[in-house]
Amino acid sequence: MRDAVWRRLQATIGAVALALVLVAGLPAAADLRIDITRGVVEPLPIVILPFPSAGGDQASDVGTEITNVVAADLERSGLFKPLDPRPLSVSQPSLDTLPLFANWRLVNTQALVHGRTTALPDGRLKIEFRLWDVFAEQEMLGRAYSTPAGNWRRIAHVIADAIYKRITGEDGYFDTRIAYIAESGPRSRRTKRLAIMDQDGANHQFLTEGNNLVLTPRFSPSSQDIAYLRYADSQPRVHIRNLTTRADEALSGISEITFAPRYAPDGERLIVSMAVDGNTDIYTYDLRDHTRRRLTTTSGIDTSASYSPDGRQIAFNSDRGGSLQLYVMDADGSSVRRISRGDGRYATPVWSPRGDLIAFTKTQGGQFHIGVMRPDGSGERLLAQGFRVEGPAWAPNGRVILFFRQEPALNDAQGGRSRLFTVDLTGQNERELVTPLDASDPAWSPLRP
Amino acid sequence: MRSRFLLLALFLVAACSSTDADEAKQVATGQDTGAAAAAGGLPSTRTTPSRPSGFDQGGLQPVESARQLSEAGADRVYFAFDSYDLDAQARGIIERQARLLTTQGTINVTVEGHCDERGTREYNIALGERRASAVRDYLIALGVAPNRLRVVSYGEERPAAIGSNEDAWAQNRRAVTVVMGAAAGS
Repeated sequence: MRDAVWRRLQATIGAVALALVLVAGLPAAADLRIDITRGVVEPLPIVILPFPSAGGDQASDVGTEITNVVAADLERSGLFKPLDPRPLSVSQPSLDTLPLFANWRLVNTQALVHGRTTALPDGRLKIEFRLWDVFAEQEMLGRAYSTPAGNWRRIAHVIADAIYKRITGEDGYFDTRIAYIAESGPRSRRTKRLAIMDQDGANHQFLTEGNNLVLTPRFSPSSQDIAYLRYADSQPRVHIRNLTTRADEALSGISEITFAPRYAPDGERLIVSMAVDGNTDIYTYDLRDHTRRRLTTTSGIDTSASYSPDGRQIAFNSDRGGSLQLYVMDADGSSVRRISRGDGRYATPVWSPRGDLIAFTKTQGGQFHIGVMRPDGSGERLLAQGFRVEGPAWAPNGRVILFFRQEPALNDAQGGRSRLFTVDLTGQNERELVTPLDASDPAWSPLRP
Repeated sequence: MRSRFLLLALFLVAACSSTDADEAKQVATGQDTGAAAAAGGLPSTRTTPSRPSGFDQGGLQPVESARQLSEAGADRVYFAFDSYDLDAQARGIIERQARLLTTQGTINVTVEGHCDERGTREYNIALGERRASAVRDYLIALGVAPNRLRVVSYGEERPAAIGSNEDAWAQNRRAVTVVMGAAAGS
């Protein structure tokens, strides 16, 4: 592996000259930068040196673990290519001295991260790092954090977010969590449990026991609560689980079949679907006074509603026109207009946190697709496909979509696996997000407070 | 509301022609429901922890009949893809269920709506409710008291047949009438 990296570096050494020309042509202020609004981006080579310890051995191990997590976060984004630092770190720079930039340029890295960890007398950990532009020979970022020693993974994600933001100009999405439905057992008697984990799969835990069928978790804007669908006494109800207190309650005052919850951006209301006498419509539910308000009144199925980030509009799917299509309406239910125009059936619109795109599930010709379109329906692009792909969920920066992919089932015991994947908006960088069991219905938290 | 009007229309126009849904459903069932019709159809039994079965009040005979008829598929009707229309065969099964319910006044039922795996999860919950409501509405039109009927949708979550093929999907697009307990007290 190490040799392979070296060979690739040597083979591409010619690219250094080009990169030098490009960097030299920029004014000093416009330093190292990835423009992720472009279609396809070459990953940026970056060296992240293990953070040595200024204290005991334990802090030293943590320093290496932190840099591994930072490198894995940046690599998964598809925008960075962390180079294996081990063959390169013969003369590791101290945090207090300038790196020997000429040496780092030889290995064709454009960015360099070094840092250190220090065990503080009170038992906490101090973590410092600097980010350097190797060609401009400039410091781009320097930060220090003091944290309980057990919190080092979060600091690693915070560091990865800081590097991502400094170089791309966009907020990161690494200090976040994923809620999803963990599946096990034969398909005829599937056990489904609510589960939560860090964005990179670490710190996995189950939140329900599997006695009740649970579906479609969604984070609150504060990421402290999860609204989800739970069958209790053979009745599907929207429940809210508080992640801190573990309190779990059904929405009060509702006896009808209620599903498809999502939070309003202010966190004070949910938008839900309610099925009454064969007709599903969209309602808001006020979490403070438990009142509901009906927004759609057609005889068709109106469901899977999602607010725009400014709270002024709502996207949903409806078969009111004879086939399942995407619609947008104002938040009070007025000004309904259809936005999907292509062939096929469109469902599960989810508004990007940036507001510029709506992700959706499309079925056409026996295949499922995950795609995006602008809120006016223009610019449709399909990013992923399969026998079944569904449940798009946005990273908080609106650049990556998480979804699940289910394979065809051969019989009760074979096939039918369901797993999580991420794909960026180029559609070029699809990755599996590995989970302990089968997985579906993912939700992506906002950046953690 | 649309479904209810549609059902009434179906009920009144009893001699309406068969639809595309017939073919899919006949493939799915493949059962001889003639015997079930002669015996006067019964929903299947299902015990729940919270609500005991009401069959003790009716004696052994309904239990045996229910078992035989659920084996013959008389507790369930089938639907075409993305459809909640009741075809002639489905209406025949529901009519037998209605005869049972009007003669067995102590039985309450839940109609469970189900879907295949070819829709999105949330849409399927809505579609399952629509299918179950179509059966419920027809039972009401046939004289069953509304307070004896309950509707639930499982969407695609409780498949009857496993397999990603048209035969399994056709068996999963269904509404199942399940006996829940005595009418008194609900």
